Amino acid sequence: MIWNETKECMSRDEMSNLQGMRLVKLVDRVYHNVEFYRKKMQAAGLEPGDIRGLEDLTKLPFTTKDDLRDTYPFGMFAVPNSQIVRIHASSGTTGKATVVGYTRRDIDMWSECVARCISMAGLGREDIIQVAYGYGLFTGGLGGHYGAEKMGATVVPMSTGNTKKLVNMMVDFGVTGILCTPSYLMHIAETIEEMGVRDKIKLKASLNGAEPWTEKMRDKIEEMLGIHAHDIYGLSEIMGPGVATDCHYHKGLHVHEDYFLPEIVDRDTFQPVADGVTGELVISTLTKEGIPLIRYRTKDLTSIDHTPCECGRTTARIARFTGRSDDMLIIRGVNVFPSQIEAALLEMGGTTPHYLMIVDRVNNLDTLEVQVEVEEHFFSDEIRELENLTKKIEHVIQQAIGLAVKVKLVEPKALERSMGKSVHVIDRRKLD
Amino acid sequence: MYVKQISVFMENREGRLEQVTEVLKQQGINILSLSMADTTEYGMLRMVVSDPELARNALQENGFSVRLTDVLAVRLEDKAGELYKLTHILCAKGINIEYMYALASADRRAMIVKASDGEAAGNAIRDGGLTLYGNEELCR
Repeated sequence: MIWNETKECMSRDEMSNLQGMRLVKLVDRVYHNVEFYRKKMQAAGLEPGDIRGLEDLTKLPFTTKDDLRDTYPFGMFAVPNSQIVRIHASSGTTGKATVVGYTRRDIDMWSECVARCISMAGLGREDIIQVAYGYGLFTGGLGGHYGAEKMGATVVPMSTGNTKKLVNMMVDFGVTGILCTPSYLMHIAETIEEMGVRDKIKLKASLNGAEPWTEKMRDKIEEMLGIHAHDIYGLSEIMGPGVATDCHYHKGLHVHEDYFLPEIVDRDTFQPVADGVTGELVISTLTKEGIPLIRYRTKDLTSIDHTPCECGRTTARIARFTGRSDDMLIIRGVNVFPSQIEAALLEMGGTTPHYLMIVDRVNNLDTLEVQVEVEEHFFSDEIRELENLTKKIEHVIQQAIGLAVKVKLVEPKALERSMGKSVHVIDRRKLD
Repeated sequence: MYVKQISVFMENREGRLEQVTEVLKQQGINILSLSMADTTEYGMLRMVVSDPELARNALQENGFSVRLTDVLAVRLEDKAGELYKLTHILCAKGINIEYMYALASADRRAMIVKASDGEAAGNAIRDGGLTLYGNEELCR
């Protein structure tokens, strides 16, 4: 079922017109309400009147995650706080969170987008859906929840954690849909096998996102559970999950273009590239009120296809992501930058020791180990002290990134350096 | 009052202890006593050696994390009850032993002790009638 045929099946001309109109209004709105944008446009010699439609989009400067950090916490908000009804936050590059605010209308728009996504996965109001993303500052839980409720499904707000309880409820309630990270769904599938209840579940479809995965993982999930698994894309800066999802043809993720204007730009020259060419995804939020973003660089690499889909939808589709243009890691759905580890270690005293992050996937759950070279200034001859040191580093890093971490002390110079530059990340996760 | 102990941080993997002892051999350094404390991931090698400063520099040059620590070398006789004398003195003063290990050669017998309060421990041991070795005496 197509949730909103009027919007999802518009002709390309109608869509471009709508986007153009919304873009003009957006530019006018941010110019008058957000000092950051006003200054940036002035510096580029632009006035709101210079943007008359989609054709003028590339005149506008980009916005980056650093801009959000520099204006922490509310500098990019375009409305007074009295109109903000919710705040979400994700980790930033230096320990400072990236804060996003939503007006009531933003929440409605978000719910609409997620409802469209859930429809693409073939689920509807008669379905019982478990939301097994974390509830909290992370956008996954509440974003999925509001969308599923908006469409009228029966929502079970599981959050993450107790997998056996989740499976028991899945069986007892006759749950037919689930929203969670792909790795967590793999873990759930294994738990179902272990508990021997595979023939008692009624699951039909899943929407999985917030971390990178592959077609092979999708095949595995679909085979293990006998369901249709869909890829749901989003990022908190833009909104949260629900920016795009693939329909049952699985030929790319449909972007809700009436709300999010996608561009693909060359990762070096930042010039727009043709359909089918891989580059960085850039998004402008056409209707967002709380924190509208113009040409936001997602750093996610993909390509775009504007041709209509067999499913009847005409919205542009982005291909499965091939990577990132920066060093951000997504571990258990949490954005982690090596620089955060560096900053945390710096807190431990004076200089930054050499470190190496080892990301792995054990039993379908991501693990993070940080190896730290023991330097003389924080070295003790007492084992107890070294153990305390390990715990302290673990604590400091955990505070900084919001993820449990295992710290291992290693000898000086034990960690690899290539070309005089330290290697800081080894990602051993085999997504296939 | 103290002797210098050298501690080396080592990962638990093959060949590390061999490398430490090779460096010491090349420098002609004699190991008078040692203890090895281990955890699942790393070990701590503590040694009393003939030339602690030289040992430290040589090991550092070879990339080891090394530290010199002041410890007490308490002279004990080779007979029953000697260690009790020591533990009794420290216990009576409420001093904790962080770790200890034995040193024994043809003519010297001592317990190497790292106490929670080194100075208090040293004074208590002397007052209690036991003798402390100094570095020169021990390494002679």
